[in-house]
Amino acid sequence: MVAHDERLQSLSIWKRLLLRPELGSIAGLIVVFLFFAITAGGNGFLTWLSVRNYLEVAAQLGILAAAVALLMIGGEFDLSVGSMIGIAGITIAVLSSPDYVHLPPSLAVLITLVFSLGIGYINGWLVMRTGLPSFIVTLAMMFILAGLNIGFTKLITNLTIVSGLQDVVAKDPVAGLFAGSWLGLPASVWWWLVVTIVLSMVLLRTSFGNWVFGAGGDPNAARNVGVPVRRVKISLFMLTAAAATVVAAIQTLSIGSANVLNGQGKELEAVAASVIGGCLLTGGYGSVIGASIGSLILGMVQQGIVYTNIDTDWYKVLVGGMILGAVILNNYLRRKSLEVRR
Amino acid sequence: MTPLVELRKVSKYFGPVVSLKDIDMKIYAGEVHCLLGDNGAGKSTLIKTLSGVHKPSEGQIVFEGQEVSFSSPREALNRGIATVYQDLAMLPLMSISRNFFLGREPRVGPLRLYDGNYTANVAREELRKIGIDIRDPDQPVGTLSGGERQSVAIARAVYFGAKVLILDEPTSALGVKEAAVVLKYVVQAKTRGLGVIFITHNVHHAWAVGDTFTVLNRGKSYGTFAKADTAREKLLQMMAGGEELEALAVELDLISKKDPTSAGRMEHGVAEELHREGGSSA
Repeated sequence: MVAHDERLQSLSIWKRLLLRPELGSIAGLIVVFLFFAITAGGNGFLTWLSVRNYLEVAAQLGILAAAVALLMIGGEFDLSVGSMIGIAGITIAVLSSPDYVHLPPSLAVLITLVFSLGIGYINGWLVMRTGLPSFIVTLAMMFILAGLNIGFTKLITNLTIVSGLQDVVAKDPVAGLFAGSWLGLPASVWWWLVVTIVLSMVLLRTSFGNWVFGAGGDPNAARNVGVPVRRVKISLFMLTAAAATVVAAIQTLSIGSANVLNGQGKELEAVAASVIGGCLLTGGYGSVIGASIGSLILGMVQQGIVYTNIDTDWYKVLVGGMILGAVILNNYLRRKSLEVRR
Repeated sequence: MTPLVELRKVSKYFGPVVSLKDIDMKIYAGEVHCLLGDNGAGKSTLIKTLSGVHKPSEGQIVFEGQEVSFSSPREALNRGIATVYQDLAMLPLMSISRNFFLGREPRVGPLRLYDGNYTANVAREELRKIGIDIRDPDQPVGTLSGGERQSVAIARAVYFGAKVLILDEPTSALGVKEAAVVLKYVVQAKTRGLGVIFITHNVHHAWAVGDTFTVLNRGKSYGTFAKADTAREKLLQMMAGGEELEALAVELDLISKKDPTSAGRMEHGVAEELHREGGSSA
């Protein structure tokens, strides 16, 4: 009997590894790191400055991707998060700018958060109410938010950029949560770390997390066993909107200005990071940690390419190739994990 | 002895369509009650009415002596009526233990967290009780065979305190050996004191485990029979709708008079077919 168990143990370590959705992204991270370490190690890729750079780029994407991954595991998309960053950034800027409303930045962030949670609720409510694919509903919301943002910003300011927030940010101690830095790393990196850990805990260690898997894997089956699918999905849409607001607050308060074009394209980068991290487009499978590693890979490539002799214009080709490679690898690994039988 | 569940003159209409008409049925604890019928006989509508998906248009459902009216499957589940659907309500990419507890996760400790070790242990133990030895409750359900998935679903219902277990065609998609394993769990559930409603159109499976049989045809009940009072062939004949087969024979007879040669061949073929089916079921 004892020998029997030992045999199982050794088999199960390999299988356990195969069962991790983030396995592919970890392999990808190692490959990407080695590639730049070898080709650009001499040009400063391995310096602290470079590390700081790509961590910061990865952090902003990672905060978003962690939430987007959770939503994707729940079986839905949110293409409006990019526009949400733009409109949330401008709202924070207009509310806190001395030229306009002149509220403390922390209060401005709070008000903006309430607004974006409302948008997230509308997204989720529309998807559940109409039964339309969230791809379409949030695509529409993406255009609506982008249009509203430009329209209102020009109406109020005659410009598309709101700036001059440095002084009010400096006076508000709470704003340091978004604009400050600790241990040589900007606030965004710390936010990224905390958001990833908390959301991963929620996914893996709470009932809600189990419902997310269920709602994404098979909503009817989940409903049959008593999972409140509607509530779960609407909460997830509110979560992605909140994550977009955090990113907007970090961008706006650390630079001291907001541009209506902020966040454009981030919605697809977040999907890319989630997919590289092992999320299934059809829902029910994936990992928050994987999405964060996916963000780290994208950040590393975007910043690492600067240190090589390759023209940065080629960045997107690399990203595209990586998405394709990651999906094929993840698909293969997932099939493999289902083959490994008891 | 009062029945666990009793249906009194239950009818269900969908617009002009009569799906069920005046169904009477009594299910007792510790028995396997087989619900037989051909496709379209109303078996699915009947169990959906019992499990809270539909409300009956007429008639009453009495559970443990009390009249009940369920507005959702969840409500029926909370009262102890668990249904294992044909499509199983299982997520292939999710682990066995997560599937086992989906919708009823235990919350442990001050943070009320989901405890992976606890759920894995309970799932392993519960499956061992019904005779499935799984090495790793963390493996995806997709690695299990169809029969094993049925068994996990049954074990789940039993663990969460089901008093009535409704099984919708649990053996129809399975091979012979796997079906036998599932039938074994049906009997085990019965010996643990559950009332089992076993829906099938396979008389052999029903006969192997059933104590009582209710036969539906075109939304109406032919009645309920104890095993001692009926025979497999009788049930089969009722399921096929004996009268309809007779009508078919008359029709074929008429055709043969108009076109004796080809109709004769056809009738011969049909007769042979029926004979073969009867032979294989005997």
